[in-house]
Amino acid sequence: MSEDANIIEKPSRDDIVSLVKAEFGDKVTFTESTKKNIRAINEGRRLFMKADREVIYDLCKYLHDKLNFEHASAVTGVDWVDHMQVVYHITNYLTSMVVEITVDVPNDDLHVPSVALIWEGANWHERETYELFGIVFDGHPKLERLLTPKSYEFYPFRKSYKLRGQE
Amino acid sequence: MAEEKMKADRMWVTMGPQHPFSHGLWTLRVEVDGEIITDAEPEVGYLHRGWEKECENRTYAKIIPMADRLCYSASMTWSHLFCKVAEEALDIEVPERAQYLRVVADEICRIQSHLMWLAAVGTDVGNLTIFLWALREREFILDLNVRLCGQRLTTNYPRIGGVRNDMPYYFERDCMRAIERFEKSLWDIIKLTDESSIFVGRMKGIGYITRKDVANYGITGPAMRGCGVDYDIRRDDPYDAYGEMDFEVPVLKEGDAYSRYMIRIEEMFQSCEIIRQAMKKLESIPKTAPYRLKVPKCIPEGTHMARIEDPRGEGLMYLVSDGSESPYRLKVRSPVFVNVSASKHMVEGVRIADIPAIMAMIDMCLGETDR
Repeated sequence: MSEDANIIEKPSRDDIVSLVKAEFGDKVTFTESTKKNIRAINEGRRLFMKADREVIYDLCKYLHDKLNFEHASAVTGVDWVDHMQVVYHITNYLTSMVVEITVDVPNDDLHVPSVALIWEGANWHERETYELFGIVFDGHPKLERLLTPKSYEFYPFRKSYKLRGQE
Repeated sequence: MAEEKMKADRMWVTMGPQHPFSHGLWTLRVEVDGEIITDAEPEVGYLHRGWEKECENRTYAKIIPMADRLCYSASMTWSHLFCKVAEEALDIEVPERAQYLRVVADEICRIQSHLMWLAAVGTDVGNLTIFLWALREREFILDLNVRLCGQRLTTNYPRIGGVRNDMPYYFERDCMRAIERFEKSLWDIIKLTDESSIFVGRMKGIGYITRKDVANYGITGPAMRGCGVDYDIRRDDPYDAYGEMDFEVPVLKEGDAYSRYMIRIEEMFQSCEIIRQAMKKLESIPKTAPYRLKVPKCIPEGTHMARIEDPRGEGLMYLVSDGSESPYRLKVRSPVFVNVSASKHMVEGVRIADIPAIMAMIDMCLGETDR
């Protein structure tokens, strides 16, 4: 928790939606889940967003500084063949709200701003996404291969890398 | 100039991958100035086998036993998590009886995982008796696993839409006996540890992390609750029958290695309490009630996320399905993977001899770290 007086410690779902809409306009869009029987969704503890690449750093900073999202659960990548996607899961400890942010990245320019300086916990997740998908996180303090050998020159989790039996 | 000379006095020491403290294959490179650690760099990846990519080649049912192998001592929670994310994708809620059976199996798993950790801590800080006592007690808990799931460690018990089998005859009686016995012997173990000045002295006052840092570094689980964050997914983001359970989440504000130890001991007592409540509830649900739903082989298109409280922290799975029999992408968020990335901040400023005591509190499991 920060000493900042402007911080909203327990933002409700509606708070987040209206504040983020006011701050970022149409750069961030919200999607509703169609699921009926999932407890966490019914009780409003999940929120799904889709953000533009240009605003993702500012959005994360806003969530962290103003809306008290202290914990980055996961950062990961998805290879959609025609483009890549980076997915963030960010948690507020006081309300148990998990925000899922997806960011599309075009194949010919695989760069995303790093959020490792906002949440130290995202550091290794971004390194892992970099080595497995080849998505470059700009501004990351140490973007090196972590799980795979340093000599690898390919990105094993891309769909173009076929497993045995998939060829 | 003086600073350069000071830097020249420093030396990098590689601890691992074969080192008594590492409990698996990983390396902690530390920079030392005499005895004091000035910098550290954890290195993992020796066990990376592309688990997530392998899943893209398998049907959903075939992934359940694979999820068991993510961590041998917390196998139930990982396969449970995979079933949860698949159920979320299918948008179903499992029958009540299955929910309680899963809770029982989860808590048995938590107790035996914490006992394995306690045994490891014993050897790390030089008290071999704890190792023997904890592993002896663990066998009685594992016997429950054998009765309920048919296996000691990799249980392969949950199924998408329920559990594999109902309780065997007299399981309730055996479970109650084992829990009662375990609680008594846990008090014996506490006497052995807390009255041992070596054991306490080696853990107290080292490896401090503040409340703010622990959230920032992404540390979860008992290590987080030992630093003053009052958060447990079982209580705050309940899944399955945990919403109906009445239990306490132990939280300590000290933030050193000893408080993380205390949290895990208290969690074992709470797990016993949860098993008792779940067993009582299972009595009131008729034995003929269904414990498993029939589910389709293919999962509809979409993205799905589920999370769970692993014995080591927050486990999260993110599933992208394309409507076929196998996942398009399955991401696993492993708690140890993030906790170990913060080890640099835990060991800076302490002595080399303190590293085993601090790292033991992460409860290392390389299977889920490297995936």
